[in-house]
Amino acid sequence: MTVLSINNISKRFDDLIANDDVSLTLAKGEVLALLGENGAGKSTLMNILFGHYVADSGSISVFGETLPPGDTRAAIARGVGMVHQHFTLADNLSVIDNVMLGTESILRPFASRAAAAERLQALAERFGLQIDQNALVRFLSVGEKQRVEILKALYRGAKILILDEPTSVLTPQEVAQLFATLKQLVAEGLSIVFISHKLDEVLAIAHRIAVLRAGKLVFEGGTKDATKAALARAMIGRDVEALPSVVTSVQPERIDQPVLALESVSAHADDARLKLDGVSLDVRVGEIVAIAGVSGNGQSLLADVVFGVAHVEQGRVLLRGKALPLRARAMIVHGVARIPEDRQHVGSVSDLSVWENAILPRVNDARFSEWGVINSRASRAHASALVKSFDVRLASIEQPIRALSGGNIQKLILGRELSEAPTLIIAAQPTWGLDVGAVSFIHSQLRNATARGTAVLLISEDLDEVFALADRIAVMSKGRLSQARAASEWTMESIGLAMAGEVDARSREHRAA
Amino acid sequence: MRDRENTVRLEARSSISTIAPLIAGLTAIFFTLAVCGLLVLWAKADVASAYVAIYEGALGSRFAITETFTRATPLMLTGLAAAVAFRARLYNIGAEGQLYMGAIAAVAASVVMTNDAGELALPTSLAFLLMIAAGALAGAALLIVPTLLKTKFKVDEVVTTLLLNFIALLFVSLLLDGPLKDPSAMGWPQSPTLLSDLEFSKLVERGRVHTGLLFAIGLALVLSFVIRYTSFGLAMRAVGANDRAAAFAGIGVNATLIKVAFISGALAGLAGVGEVAGRAGYVTLDMSPGYGYSGIVIAMLAGLSPIGVILAALFVGGTIVGADAMSRSVNVPTYIADVIVATALIAVLVASLLTRYRIVWRAKTAAKR
Amino acid sequence: MNELLSLLVDSSFWVAVLRIATPLIFGTLGVLLCERAGVLNLGIEGIMVAGAFIGWLTVHSGAGLWGGVLAAAFVGGLLGALHALLVVRLPLSQHVAGLGITLFATSLSYFAYRVLFPKVDSPPKIEAFSEMSWLPIPVLAEQTPLTLLAVLLVPAIWYVLYRTPLGLALRAVGESPHAVEAQGIDVVRLRSGPVIAGSALMGVAGSFLTLAAFNSFFFNMVNGRGWICVALVVFASWRPGKALIGALLFAFFDAAQLRLQQAGGGLLPYQLYLMLPYVLSIVALVLVARKAAYPQALMKPYVKGTR
Repeated sequence: MTVLSINNISKRFDDLIANDDVSLTLAKGEVLALLGENGAGKSTLMNILFGHYVADSGSISVFGETLPPGDTRAAIARGVGMVHQHFTLADNLSVIDNVMLGTESILRPFASRAAAAERLQALAERFGLQIDQNALVRFLSVGEKQRVEILKALYRGAKILILDEPTSVLTPQEVAQLFATLKQLVAEGLSIVFISHKLDEVLAIAHRIAVLRAGKLVFEGGTKDATKAALARAMIGRDVEALPSVVTSVQPERIDQPVLALESVSAHADDARLKLDGVSLDVRVGEIVAIAGVSGNGQSLLADVVFGVAHVEQGRVLLRGKALPLRARAMIVHGVARIPEDRQHVGSVSDLSVWENAILPRVNDARFSEWGVINSRASRAHASALVKSFDVRLASIEQPIRALSGGNIQKLILGRELSEAPTLIIAAQPTWGLDVGAVSFIHSQLRNATARGTAVLLISEDLDEVFALADRIAVMSKGRLSQARAASEWTMESIGLAMAGEVDARSREHRAA
Repeated sequence: MRDRENTVRLEARSSISTIAPLIAGLTAIFFTLAVCGLLVLWAKADVASAYVAIYEGALGSRFAITETFTRATPLMLTGLAAAVAFRARLYNIGAEGQLYMGAIAAVAASVVMTNDAGELALPTSLAFLLMIAAGALAGAALLIVPTLLKTKFKVDEVVTTLLLNFIALLFVSLLLDGPLKDPSAMGWPQSPTLLSDLEFSKLVERGRVHTGLLFAIGLALVLSFVIRYTSFGLAMRAVGANDRAAAFAGIGVNATLIKVAFISGALAGLAGVGEVAGRAGYVTLDMSPGYGYSGIVIAMLAGLSPIGVILAALFVGGTIVGADAMSRSVNVPTYIADVIVATALIAVLVASLLTRYRIVWRAKTAAKR
Repeated sequence: MNELLSLLVDSSFWVAVLRIATPLIFGTLGVLLCERAGVLNLGIEGIMVAGAFIGWLTVHSGAGLWGGVLAAAFVGGLLGALHALLVVRLPLSQHVAGLGITLFATSLSYFAYRVLFPKVDSPPKIEAFSEMSWLPIPVLAEQTPLTLLAVLLVPAIWYVLYRTPLGLALRAVGESPHAVEAQGIDVVRLRSGPVIAGSALMGVAGSFLTLAAFNSFFFNMVNGRGWICVALVVFASWRPGKALIGALLFAFFDAAQLRLQQAGGGLLPYQLYLMLPYVLSIVALVLVARKAAYPQALMKPYVKGTR
């Protein structure tokens, strides 16, 4: 039985064709994976289904009835539920309040909280999604927040559940748990659209796979008939290039002294709930050390610390054996290249022009200013050179940088930092949300840098990236960092356990033995 | 509450045409004149003659023009104070208090530098510089306090700068009752008159316009250069646009904010110095008809551009002077000037927004087809 | 010190406290509603002026006192609708639009007053609200019904915020408009409503000045009370109960400084006493600033389809 049919949906934003005549169906009890690169139009399509956008043409019907376009409440009422990639929870409210939000007529003079709590409890037990109903959402882990989002959809009687990149924030074990939940939901007669760009996961969970590329449906078929290579080809539109090989044979000789050493660094985040607890780590010449972990366990605070924008309470940081004042200014002066997680809001100032962004961290350099007055000719020349050598696509360096795509902003930031011949590169989630081409460009740039002897500290939540790049891996959980071990010593299982915070017990056993 | 949001929504324009801002500006002016025209009608006056009277009062004669320039002088300085601060997203709404602090500091400096014989105890040029420095520092000090509260304790500066206006005015009132009371003014709270050596010279005969005007225009040009072409200006704009990204790029956000506070407060203080040394000669509690607040309006009308502030200050100053003259001849209350300015502000804000966004009207039924 | 102690047992002192607190309670609750929905409303100062003027004008033109209160609420709501149009429907800066509304409402009120009463030396008077002497509660019996209304509004607003679906949505929209939009609730309407209602309360706050505290309208009568309400909301952590406490605390100091000023007999300049409430407001802000749990979406314009 077809529960959902998407008929000839097209949608364009200005010059961008987000969806081009897309038609899809979903059967009862089926998991349909919607696969595609970032920007392929997956989220747009689902947002049209969910009434956040209105399609330019085409229609959507649910259980045989056409959905009124642009009407989220109608979609919810007909049994469509959506778990957004960026959770739509209010941090200041409790779990039960978040679940109840919007379920009662807004003009009702009272809320039936007791009945709601009972119903939520029943649902939680039925699907094994245990959660403290009265906990403030602010204090939940990412995995728990996702559980609340799923419960929210079920509470609204969802028969069709859309999950947008649900695994990107989970540990491997949590992914397995999520998949078990999804299988149970399907067994109960729900249907699921699973949006992802990860091939292995899609092959593991989906019955059927649809691939979008540049807004067009380019592949649709059963999982049995699909291979990883074929799917990848469909996603990217050409054969995946093998990553430019690294010259592993000429590893520069490793000197004993690490380039970067953190010695029991402790710090608090602004909201005081998150802390770093005695983090120690070293990164040596020519190696990539990766820090893996689930979002929200202190990696972004650690990144802020090593970027020089968070206050350190205890411990010290050494650069080539010398204590380094942890301030952004000092790190820039000492030749540390920093690539932040949020390229639009941290790595660049979106209202400033491209060339201003290209020189911003080093504006006081004699190259770019004299007596406090900017040498705009030299600055513009520098920016143009970066744009050229790092293949940044833009109309003009006078444009505000917000006009650039995420991938192009990241290339500019990469160029800005790498062109200074750094001794150390610190990169946080450098490829988050980028398409395959940009990802492989950035990966090869990082590898080439290590071949030149640069040390790289990579902070990433993407395990594929961690295993693809790292020589050694340490895992962050609840503000503590495990010992860094060679990448080959880790398995998916052991790293998943470590991400879930079970590393201490194990490593203690290890040491005892 | 059904979702009908799709019937009207904003979409960012991908490109802004060059004539759009011009059309937007003209529309805003037309809208303002129309709204205020209705008010003039309500006051039972002839709209056309009221507007002509405003124009004549502001620009119609040599005297009118000098009066407009005189009014615009403090407005330029408070406008610059707001523009600089808002550029760095430091919401200085305390220019009114800073102006009074600057004014009273100038008088205090004059009193301190006067010897027993009632003459300047220092060389005139030095005393002049010291008076200006005193006014600028006093204004700056009043803004540094809330800025430090913002950087150290995260206290929102909007409310603190607003409240400090009242505190500053009470403080000035206290001084006018005590150490800076003019003994010759019978009971009326008024400061001693500034030594005539310290007064700004007049630019024209038989007019009140003084060298403070040139001073203000010069400062606007300097600021325009600093904002656009210096590393400090870049840092300031970066902090204003996104303080996290600025901090990441190695810019000392707090240090930048404090420098900006110093400049902004000093500019507002200088507006007070100019009013004392260029126009009134002494401080009273009704010295400023809200120049500090008008400065914010002027900065916004100017799109935070220092050069734009010169023009916007002339517009607002001319409106006030013209409305004063008009109220005498046509009998429309002089408060019409503030109404015009407020309406123009709202109209210009909306108009400039519409050059950046496009309103998409989409009837639900049409989308359904 | 003795003077201070004798104050505390003097019922007329507490009568003064409650009277001073009344407009602050209305105003602070108004700001609270706006900010809970994610909207800073610096229009409050001007809206209070407009409320004071319209309330007085309505009564002066022959309507009843409650008619005046309603008119003030209506005009406050109208100005709130303008603010909502500017900063909720259109993503304009909340600071600047609010200040624009204050300037607009203030100058328009003064203009209208001068048009209607061109040549008056002393402001025309009205018959103001009288005390509720029928009420068997000591201090409250010496207040006007508006004070009772203000005090009763506190639990009413608490109930709406914490016990109704509307209040739930309201608390959510100031924190995360995306959470609200994902439920198909119109963010623009959900934010505009509280801004209009809150502004109506600000209008009532102003009308208290002309219809209860004084019996005529004069220039500068609001005198920064609106700004103090904006500070009080931060102090109150955006909670109605604490807003009441904050307003009473502020009024306590304001009434005390008035008494001490009289009792002090010119020992200290009177300006120092007058400064006290403003200084205390700043001190209160500093004390709570570090812990202040601002609604996360406050002052952030929401444009649908962006994050």
